[in-house]
Amino acid sequence: MTVILNQSFTGISIGAVLLLIALGLTLTFGQMGVINMAHGEFIMAGAYTTYVLQKSISGAGASLLVALPVAFLVAGAMGALLEWLLIRRLYTRPLDTLLVTWGVSLMLQQLARDIFGAPNVQTAAPDLLTGNISVGGITFANNRLFILGLALLCVLGLTLILRLTPLGRRIRAVVQNRDLAEVSGIATERVDRTTFFIGSGLAGVAGVALTLVGPIGPTMGTNYIVDAFLVVVVGGVAQLKGSVITAFALGVLQSVLEYSTTVSVAKVVVLVAIVAFLQWRPQGLYTLRTRSLA
Amino acid sequence: MSGIGISRRGLLAGASALGTTAALSACGAKTGSGTSSNAGAQADTSGDTVKVGLLNSLSGTMAISEVTVHNALLLAVKEINAAGGVLGKKLKPISQDGASDWPTFAEKAEALITDDKVVATFGCWTSASRKAVKPVFERYKSLLFYPVQYEGLEQSPYIFYIGATTNQQIVPALDYLKKQGLTRLYLVGSDYVFPRTANKIIKAYAEAQGMKVVGEDYAPLGSTEFGTIVNKVKDAGADAVFNTLNGDSNVAFFKEYKSAGLTAKSLPVLSVSIAEEEVKSIGTQYLEGQLTAWNYYETTPGAANTEFVAAYQAAYGKDKPTSDPMEAAYISVYLWKEMVEKAGSFDVAKVKKAADGIELDAPEGKVTVDGATQHVYKTARIGKIGSDGLIEEVWNSGKPIAPDPYLKGYDWAAGLS
Repeated sequence: MTVILNQSFTGISIGAVLLLIALGLTLTFGQMGVINMAHGEFIMAGAYTTYVLQKSISGAGASLLVALPVAFLVAGAMGALLEWLLIRRLYTRPLDTLLVTWGVSLMLQQLARDIFGAPNVQTAAPDLLTGNISVGGITFANNRLFILGLALLCVLGLTLILRLTPLGRRIRAVVQNRDLAEVSGIATERVDRTTFFIGSGLAGVAGVALTLVGPIGPTMGTNYIVDAFLVVVVGGVAQLKGSVITAFALGVLQSVLEYSTTVSVAKVVVLVAIVAFLQWRPQGLYTLRTRSLA
Repeated sequence: MSGIGISRRGLLAGASALGTTAALSACGAKTGSGTSSNAGAQADTSGDTVKVGLLNSLSGTMAISEVTVHNALLLAVKEINAAGGVLGKKLKPISQDGASDWPTFAEKAEALITDDKVVATFGCWTSASRKAVKPVFERYKSLLFYPVQYEGLEQSPYIFYIGATTNQQIVPALDYLKKQGLTRLYLVGSDYVFPRTANKIIKAYAEAQGMKVVGEDYAPLGSTEFGTIVNKVKDAGADAVFNTLNGDSNVAFFKEYKSAGLTAKSLPVLSVSIAEEEVKSIGTQYLEGQLTAWNYYETTPGAANTEFVAAYQAAYGKDKPTSDPMEAAYISVYLWKEMVEKAGSFDVAKVKKAADGIELDAPEGKVTVDGATQHVYKTARIGKIGSDGLIEEVWNSGKPIAPDPYLKGYDWAAGLS
């Protein structure tokens, strides 16, 4: 029983990491239809931000707390810049966004290599986050709990923004019918850029979280980008709750399979399961009903 | 030679996926046919300087380890040049980045031999990279000096193995664990040739010596998700973990290990791929008290080592540690120099013939080249990681152990290959 509970927690923590990474993509790919291959490099930017801050601020805890908003702004600004420079010219050509942003991702990786050196670096976690809490034989690692909390907080924040704020209403309007939103007086270009800023910023936050789990390197984003796209596609493009459910479901599935088989076999089985699922339900878990003609 | 033409053009075309496939298929074809007849003719020894190739991962997941080896190689070359070079010729190091990618290693090895016409090459870390370059060195009859401990069961006429083979590291490590009463082992490794072969040897040893392997798990090289593996380790009722993870997966593994509440006291981990440099970048707070098996530590006593550490830190910084693969890389250049000087020639066949019995008072203690296996006699040392990031020796084999790459001297290893 404790095995199952422990594994479930491990799965949920894998899911939380996936969710944090996929959240930004849910906005930029899900809502806007942009296949942003540079999303992984925004994660990397967030991680390196943490590294830089830790070198300049003493105290791992303080630097981690400062890193969260700063990484959001840094990655967000990079995303907004990317949108302004390149992506806004390609909104009607999703496959071109894939190629263009892939090129950008390679450039950003090289840039990171030039600035921070090729070898990967690490940050120290605050003491509070290196321990664990044990409840009834189940071990909850503090860093995993922190990441889980962070992921849920981001989901909550994003939901509130989309549901309750004027910006959220404008974003939803643009997603549902760009042309109608435009003639209704919504500055769709500005909405696009803001959406991209938030989506990329969330990747930065994910980067901060990943420094608690593993090393920081120029290619760290590419390790996660495919999984993140899987989460968004399976969850149903444009639906937050689809991503949330999928991230946790894939995390738990992966960890349970890993326990009974091996890491590689688990990865294969999860992929096969995803393919089978998409055969049965190509639109993903949830779909958005829109009045758009497209 | 048409095969070479095709592969090189393919690579130059820049389509990396396409290029590597072409290179690989060309490799296979060429070793099979054994076309090369111009033995050692690639090396250029006509000028005042001779080129030596340095082939390490300067980027990618292995760079954390291999950059330090590269530094140690450069140091040895610099020292040898300052002392007058080899046979009156200065050495010119040519560095190539294998980028933690095995086909790239093969491609760069070929470039070093055919374009730069190096007299010898030093480098590689992972066994996968060594296996990728082996046919290249054999085809061109050029020498590679390989500085890292490895899984054994290999011998190439064109490779000198300066790191430990299994009977100089893994077998002594198992002997040590057994002596401590730690007989239930959990094996954790990266998913490629070294850990898989090493674990095969460990399982054969365990079966013969009354130890028990209670679990075995592999993570992809570069993987950072160790939650499940650590849970499995925790549930398996092991006495110790035998860790053959490579590169910075170790960072994620030990972070997870500590988060799960496991310590060196409750469940010690013996690692064979973590040396001082890795300890420093993983963080001592995750590693204090854990065990390692090597032939050299920064703390190894002796005048040769004091000099080596001082020279390395003068060149690369006071806070830079030295480690076993770095030391092996460093002495590999000196061993090659001794061989060349004994042979009186850079010619590969003559250098190989001169190799047997070459001795060196190395930082790790006395090493002797065994000409028959092209391996080195080395002293095995078990160490414990201290809070200062240095590794303190807790046991050593007392005298250099003869290399036995195919474990012929052990009955339990009879079925291995």
